[in-house]
Amino acid sequence: MARNIIDKIWDRHVLTQSPDGESDLLYIDFHLLHEASSPQAFEGLRIAGRTVRRPDLSLATEDHVVSTRLNLLGSGDDNPIAREMVSALRKNCAEFGIALHSLGSADQGIVHVVGPQLGITQPGMTIVCGDSHTSTHGAFGALAFGIGTSQVEHVLASQTLWMTRPKTMAVTFTGKLPRGTTAKDLMLHLIAEIGTGGAQGFVIEYRGEPIRELSMESRMTLCNMSIEAGARAGLIAPDRTTYDYLRGRPYAPAGDDWTESKHNWEQLLTDDDATFDREVTLDVSDLEPFVTWGINPGQALPVSSSVPDPVGEPDARQREQITRALDYMDLAPGTPLRDVAVDAVFIGSCTNGRLDDLRAAAEILQGRQIPEHVTTVVVPGSAEVKRRAEAEGLDVIFEAAGAQWRSPGCSLCVAMNDDFLEPGTRCASTSNRNFEGRQGSGVRTHLVSPTTAAATAVLGHLASANDL
Amino acid sequence: MQKVTSHRGTAIALPQSNIDTDQIIPARHCLTTKRSGFAPHLFSRWRLDPDFALNDPDRSEATVLVAGANFGTGSSREHAVWALQDWGFAIVIAPSFGDIFYTNCGRAGLLPIRLAPDSHAQLVDDVLNDPQLQIQVDLLEDSVEWSGRREPLLIDADLRRRFIEGLDDIDLTLAYDQVIADFEKKHARIPMTRK
Repeated sequence: MARNIIDKIWDRHVLTQSPDGESDLLYIDFHLLHEASSPQAFEGLRIAGRTVRRPDLSLATEDHVVSTRLNLLGSGDDNPIAREMVSALRKNCAEFGIALHSLGSADQGIVHVVGPQLGITQPGMTIVCGDSHTSTHGAFGALAFGIGTSQVEHVLASQTLWMTRPKTMAVTFTGKLPRGTTAKDLMLHLIAEIGTGGAQGFVIEYRGEPIRELSMESRMTLCNMSIEAGARAGLIAPDRTTYDYLRGRPYAPAGDDWTESKHNWEQLLTDDDATFDREVTLDVSDLEPFVTWGINPGQALPVSSSVPDPVGEPDARQREQITRALDYMDLAPGTPLRDVAVDAVFIGSCTNGRLDDLRAAAEILQGRQIPEHVTTVVVPGSAEVKRRAEAEGLDVIFEAAGAQWRSPGCSLCVAMNDDFLEPGTRCASTSNRNFEGRQGSGVRTHLVSPTTAAATAVLGHLASANDL
Repeated sequence: MQKVTSHRGTAIALPQSNIDTDQIIPARHCLTTKRSGFAPHLFSRWRLDPDFALNDPDRSEATVLVAGANFGTGSSREHAVWALQDWGFAIVIAPSFGDIFYTNCGRAGLLPIRLAPDSHAQLVDDVLNDPQLQIQVDLLEDSVEWSGRREPLLIDADLRRRFIEGLDDIDLTLAYDQVIADFEKKHARIPMTRK
């Protein structure tokens, strides 16, 4: 029977079914860990006298609570609790034999940047991590789920998870991505179309010519935000772009193993006559740079448009949501988005903290000056990204433009470290969530691509590169 | 996990859609290595508003949260579930839930119940009108009862069984140790070691 890539990967990993047939016990090929969602899981193991079944299929890094400002080698943040969390991770990894990339080490960084960069993320794998943006790894044709701490404990103990089979959704993009638009714009557009709950219960396969033309890094940006559409995961079938990226990376198979693996990966593609539970098609030919105006990622519009007016909204519930969002965001209906002034710009995160993202921002910032009142922070996604960016001189461009160049970490995307903004600050951010208070209590976030973020920094108001 | 077959209690209603886990418990209050101590920070920013439902002294004993659609969307932080439990909630009723939040509820023992949109809208109205309204949830009967109404509850069969039997998830899985070992042998991947 014809099957899609999601079902193929799922079927390959089913160990058994629950007695009622409601859920499958799924084998997990790789488990990524970090300090914020794992301490209680390790503690649970210890209390129950259990051990880690496959430390060799687990890898940890320090990212959520670390300071990108202090870069204290061998330490955490200046916050004692953050330090305690980092210490707990180090102790847990040492005790259970899990490889850890600590602050200051060559491969430290945001967990979803580090995994792919090391070649750990490979097509056809099941990957989990106690972080919702685990969907990032779907860019390689892997089935990657964000999980909670109890499930982290379960995977540590058994290398498996009980899961109900997801519904499958094909999102097919057509047309050609216009110059100056990015994967971020593509995704904000999709979420605005289907809503933040639009893919609830589904795993998405992204398809179509525009996807084939995206680089691996852009594909990661796209899959990263699957969760913002409510999806359980999102993936892209592997192709030559995938193989070219993977080959030669530290954990990637080599020699005969590579040939055999590649043969296996090629069997994963969705069969021609396979079906999905839901299909969505979106033409991208007229796509413009997007920006969010509200308090969830679905509240997004092209930068060239204006703040929506709740009065024009026929649905009462929608009307209430828009009103609430505008109230929090302190925006008046009808205001052109380009007239919205910002106080801060953040470039980084597991969504847009990779080398291509930094290059795109640097291209805009080169030879330009950010006004002094716009605090701009650039945070590389990993130590490797930082090293390579510096080798290309990107750090010099950022600093010359007036931006701060930091050390790797989740930084202002999660604001559970020493990076957070003051109440009332308005920030254009390349991260993934514009929820109330996400970047600090009372902070107003506008999600944008790195290009749009850089243009906004220079002009001091929401703007696309064309406005320069 | 503790067994739950039925529950009776009063409720708080937060009917707006898309309440994300960052609202339930902001990230900075997840700075801990513990599973408890979150109650003071539950909805911490919204609680600054004296009119916010959690600040209503008539509802301080509530154990049922009646929430809007797509409740618990966003971050995978299980701290959101722990915080609701720390406050005293045993049940969350909504038309739909964020997927990871829903799973986390099932693992941590906070019972997530879905109601059909019409029944849910009625329940929201009734809860808003009466702080003392008693809600009876019965998993064995698959029903939610209040004010003489009786509506069918919706829950994944898998989760329903977990609550009724009070299963320890990991113990259950480790009983399949041989199946896991056989799979590992048969499907031994190319070893994931650094070159």
